[in-house]
This record gives sequence, structure tokens and C-alpha cells, in this order.
Amino acid sequence: MINVSGLTKYYGVNCAVDNLTFNAKKGEILGFLGPNGAGKTTTMRILTGYMPPTSGKASVGGFDVIDQSLEVRKLVGYLPETVPLYQDMRVFDYLKFMAELRHVSDVEEKVDIVLEKVGMVERSESFISKLSKGMRQRVGLAQALIHQPEVLILDEPTIGLDPAQIIEVRKLIQEVGKEKTVLLSTHILSEAQQVCDRVMIINKGHIVAEDTPEHLQTRMVGSRRVTVRVAGETTPAIAVINKIPGILSVKLTDNDAIQFENPTDKDLRPLVAKALIKARFDLLELSSESVNLEDIFLQLTRDEPQELSPSDVNKLLAEEPAGINKNEKEGK
Amino acid sequence: MRNMWIIAKKEYISFYHSPIAYVIGVVTFLTLGIFFWLQIDFAVQTQQFVPDIRNILDILIFPLFFLAVPVLTMRTISDENRTGTLELIMTAPVRDWELVVGKWLGTYLFILTIIALTWIYPFVLNFMVDPGIDQSLLTANYLGLSLLTAAMTAIGVLLSSLFKNQIAALIASLGVLIILWIISAPAQLMQGIGADLLRHLSITDHYYETFRYGIVDLKDIIFYLSMTVLALFLGTRAVETRRWR
Repeated sequence: MINVSGLTKYYGVNCAVDNLTFNAKKGEILGFLGPNGAGKTTTMRILTGYMPPTSGKASVGGFDVIDQSLEVRKLVGYLPETVPLYQDMRVFDYLKFMAELRHVSDVEEKVDIVLEKVGMVERSESFISKLSKGMRQRVGLAQALIHQPEVLILDEPTIGLDPAQIIEVRKLIQEVGKEKTVLLSTHILSEAQQVCDRVMIINKGHIVAEDTPEHLQTRMVGSRRVTVRVAGETTPAIAVINKIPGILSVKLTDNDAIQFENPTDKDLRPLVAKALIKARFDLLELSSESVNLEDIFLQLTRDEPQELSPSDVNKLLAEEPAGINKNEKEGK
Repeated sequence: MRNMWIIAKKEYISFYHSPIAYVIGVVTFLTLGIFFWLQIDFAVQTQQFVPDIRNILDILIFPLFFLAVPVLTMRTISDENRTGTLELIMTAPVRDWELVVGKWLGTYLFILTIIALTWIYPFVLNFMVDPGIDQSLLTANYLGLSLLTAAMTAIGVLLSSLFKNQIAALIASLGVLIILWIISAPAQLMQGIGADLLRHLSITDHYYETFRYGIVDLKDIIFYLSMTVLALFLGTRAVETRRWR
């Protein structure tokens, strides 16, 4: 549904998007993850026909964003980052105006449906200037949904909403995403993790990683770290764990716990437990550290990415935590 | 085409929610009212002349020039740009010219509404003088004013498209309109083609020299229409280039 290849955008000499390539299928929710200024908004603006790229190609639903801009704009529902609303209009009139511009049939009926969807029915006669930020966000979302677009592009859709509303909006996005293509940008990682079928991490105009949230997580883990605590003297236990076949490395941590590296394909925790108990240690704790998207995100976006190939990304993802610290120091 | 009407309709209606638009309507109406009263009162006291509606309509140009056109056009596109709603319109299936022409049309129709309100004065005057006022002269005056306003509004919209700040747009359009008004003044001291050119460029001369005397000349109509089209064309271009910045 969305095809982007070699997309590049310069603002003067500043490169906002650098040779970006990705696709989004029908019925897919694609998350665009990255720190502020990563090029998310620019990419979205190019896809919605607001501005042309410096070079590269992008098409939505088979229509080129430059040559068939009007066709693309008909297909796309767009919620920009700063929710654009006419302050002096009533909610209903605003949505009616947007529906008319989109040549929707049965305008008033469609407005009612979309108001119901975003839960703004009781405020339909309010002036937009009197609405709270969360409500405005919902009106903006209603505007993007009014013509039942094939492609929904949302620039940070849950910003400014309270937790209950965030859950509602996420539900709404997931519902829409069943049949339509959704491209959504966020810098809230848990959001991408919950809502998206696929996540693209973008930094400084580059894609640094792209996969399902689950895959990204397992790729990141590479080898899983497990923390072990035993009662009493810890050092002898290290020798016991070291003897277990398959263990990659064992070390003593600062707070007197043992940490070992477990290969991803096999869980060695039961073996470790048995061995320790056999050797008459009192086992207090055996916990696997789960690495979440947050860690991946920080790791990937902290470094200056040079032309990363997928294998580089894998290497980077599998890097030891010590590596992160080292890079952090170098970064400073 | 359809989008142009939708935008024009929204723009026109939005003025009825705007306090500034009411203030301008009232000021225009009152200014004319004061001069209307002066004119009648003076004629009654002196018994020397018949009140002339042209003297009143001459006054109308001032609130139009200095208030209605610059103030009502200043936010047309600059405000959309500032609040980000321009992004909304430009990502909807709307052509750039439909936006610019729609904005102009909505504003123009609102200013025409204000102008139409002033018709009350000639209407009243018609009953006060014998044998009534010259209706064809009046029609020519209103036609000229409408054409002049069309061109001025288009210039206002053009300047609004160039600025993000509406006050900047206001001052710019005031400046441009004043220059286009007085540009023919140096012509009095000049001769030949230069003087003709300056006279031709003056946005007001095409009204004062002809329409005001009841003369409807195709040349003047074409001048105002081409000014309008040119300004709207440039305004569309300005919106288009916004995409490339």
C-alpha cells in the first residue's frame, strides 16, 4: 500500500531524511519510532503530498506522491503533529467542512459516526477553542477518519491524551488497522510495542532497525542474561555453573550476584538450578533479564549510524551491555 | 471547482463568528451615516444644492481601503499557515488554486455584503430628493466599487499568502494598496508614455475617472478583472512554492 524507495529530503543543507526505503502492506500497522528530529514528520509529510522529496520515490496505493498527488491525498487520512483545527468553528461544523472537502456522501451521517467513534458526540456543538488538548486530539483523529481512508497516517496520535484516552485511541487504531494500512509515529516505545505489527526505528533520517516488536526483542537479547543469587558464599557457585555445558560466560556482579549468558535457542535455567541444589547451595533467585524495546531503542539511536546493513544491525543488537557503556563513554 | 465553493462558504460564514468583521461593518456603516447626515443637513440649511449620492459613496472608499480589505484579508492564508491548518488543506484533495480562489471569494462576498448594506443611504435619499436619484449612475458607482474591491481583495489575499504573521500581511497590503492609489499622482507633473502608464496602473483612477460619472468602460472592467486574476495567480504560486521550502 505504501512504497518508499530511496527517499531523501534536505532542508537547505540539513538532511532530514536520508535514503529511506520501506513498504507497508494493506492491513498492517507500521510503527515509526525515533527520537525527536529523526525525520518521522518529514517522511509523513512527503507521503501525504504536503511537500515533495529532494530525491527518491514514494507511492501510496500505487499512486506516485508527486505526479498523482491528488489521488494519493484522496486515499490518505492524516493527523499532523500539531493538530490543525479552526478555533472559531464548532466541532460538528469543522468535521462537516472536512467531509465536504473530501467529497463524502451523506456528510452529516458520516460526521455522527466518526464522532461516536472518537467519543465526542456530546461535545459536537462546542467551539473548538473551548476544548481540552485531549479532546482536540480526538477531533483531529476524527477528521483523519471521516472519509474512511485506505491509508491512515498519524503523527504522534496519543500525545496529550490521558491514560484512559490513550488506551481508547490505541484500540481505535488497532480496529482501523485490521482492514486499512496505518502508519503511525511515536516516541513512546510501549505504544509501538502494543499497537504495531511492525516497527521501524529511525534515527537521523536512517532506518536503524525494522522488524516485528517481538523479533526486535529476541534479536536484541541474542544471548539472554540470567541473574543467580545463592545464600552464603557466592564464588564457589560460579565454578558449578561454569561446568554446565552451553553456558557462554559467567561473572560476578557488583552486588554479589552471579550473572551468566544463556544462548537464546536453549533455556539452561533448569540445569543451573539442579546443579546448584545438587552442590548443596541454597538457591535464592534465578531470574532472566528481559530486554524491552526501550533498551533497543536507546542502543540504536544513541550511536551515529553509518550505512547499516542488516547484518550490522544484528551485530549491534547482539552487542554486550558492556559495549553500550563503552559507546556511551565515547559518545561523551 | 466544488472545493473552491466549499472553502468560500466556510470563509464567508467564519466572518459572522468574528468580532472584527462586525466592528468593520459597523464602522463602515457609521462613517457613511455621519457623512450622509452632514450632506443632508448642509443641503437643508443652505438650500443651495441637491445632495449627491456620489459624495457619500466617495467616503465608502476609505473604510474599504484602510479597514475592510486589509483587515479581512490579512488572516485568510497567513493564519492557516500559522495554525497549521494549511497542512490540513494541502493534504486534502484540494488544488492550490481552489484554496486561494476560495479564500478570496469568501472574503470578497463578505465585503460585498458590507457594501450592499450601504445601499440603505441612496435608498433613503431617493425619497428625499425630487425627482429621485439617477439609478443608472448609482448602478455604475456600485459596479465600479465592486470591481475595485475584487482587485483589492485579491491583492490582500496574495499578500496574506506571503506571510506567516497576519500583522505583517496587514501592513504589507495597506502599503501596496496605498501605493497603487497614489501612483498616478506624479503623472500630473509628467508627460508622455510614463504618465499614461502611471495613470493606468492606479487602482483608483479607473473608478474615479469613469464609474463615478456613470461611465461603464470595458477598459476599466478588464483592468480590474485582470488585476484580480493576476493577484490570485501569484497567490496560488506563493502557496505552491511553500511546498518546496
